[in-house]
Amino acid sequence: MILLGQAIEHYVFLSGLLFTFGVVGFLVRRNVLIQLMSIELMLNAVNLALVSFNRLHTTALSGQVFAFFVIAVAAAEAAVGLAIVLSFYRLRSSVSSDEADTLRH
Amino acid sequence: MIGSIYFAVCAILALTGAITVVAARSPIRCAVGLLATILGIAGLYLRLDAQFLAAIQVIVYAGAVVVLFVFVIMLLGPDGGSSPAEARAWLASRVGGTLAVILAASAMFLVFPEEPAGRMAPVDPQYGTVEAVGRQLFTDGLVPFELATALLLVAVIGAVSVARGRGQLKRTDRKIANPTERLFGGPVHPRDAGRPLVKELAKEKVR
Repeated sequence: MILLGQAIEHYVFLSGLLFTFGVVGFLVRRNVLIQLMSIELMLNAVNLALVSFNRLHTTALSGQVFAFFVIAVAAAEAAVGLAIVLSFYRLRSSVSSDEADTLRH
Repeated sequence: MIGSIYFAVCAILALTGAITVVAARSPIRCAVGLLATILGIAGLYLRLDAQFLAAIQVIVYAGAVVVLFVFVIMLLGPDGGSSPAEARAWLASRVGGTLAVILAASAMFLVFPEEPAGRMAPVDPQYGTVEAVGRQLFTDGLVPFELATALLLVAVIGAVSVARGRGQLKRTDRKIANPTERLFGGPVHPRDAGRPLVKELAKEKVR
């Protein structure tokens, strides 16, 4: 009998659930801000999986270092993404991703 | 036993936050949900002996990224949140999302082994500390670390140039001495909307 939180599988399962929530949020929501938040959710889920697998193989710290780089990339992505949202809002007075259809016409 | 309760609390915090991000109507509630998820995951990092990453998670995500999101939400105002197309498809998207999550969870249950193999073995106290991660970062991960600094610099420059916009550059008058006026092309606060600018006031004084 393994208690909750004592096996890596529990963490990986939670990470998969969080990733699914991120995917669903990205596909379902039309607000670009919330879609960006869903991307952050997915990156966090991947980080959790990396750290938990690293906990299984404790001879190296590669998983944690990789998660560190993922956090750096996520911060950069959030800054640039929000800047694009601001400039898009200035263009269309909306943050709905349905409005971004200039290339379609 | 206490460890299990701790895991359950952190996991429930993270999952409720994720559900809030996906389902809440107002973006500010979504941001609070994201904050809850991030804090829950930081708690799980502590349980996984990743103290350094837990601190980084709280500092970078809860301290910078979520604040940036809240800042942009406040900047765009209440009309930035609502979308008529989303309101129309509300029920369909929620039902579809719930089904997708149930599908993913059952698929994971199917591949879940009966007897978990990844039982956490005790680690030495140096695992996951700032010293250990820093040593790894500055030996094996030195090149990616330096590249990350370049990435952050490029992201900062890109964010500033994209958010500033091209239209504003054209409108600005290079000859205006006051930097606030040059940036915004006029009074910044609504209070000053009808008032003459400082430069014009000075001209009147001379006259």
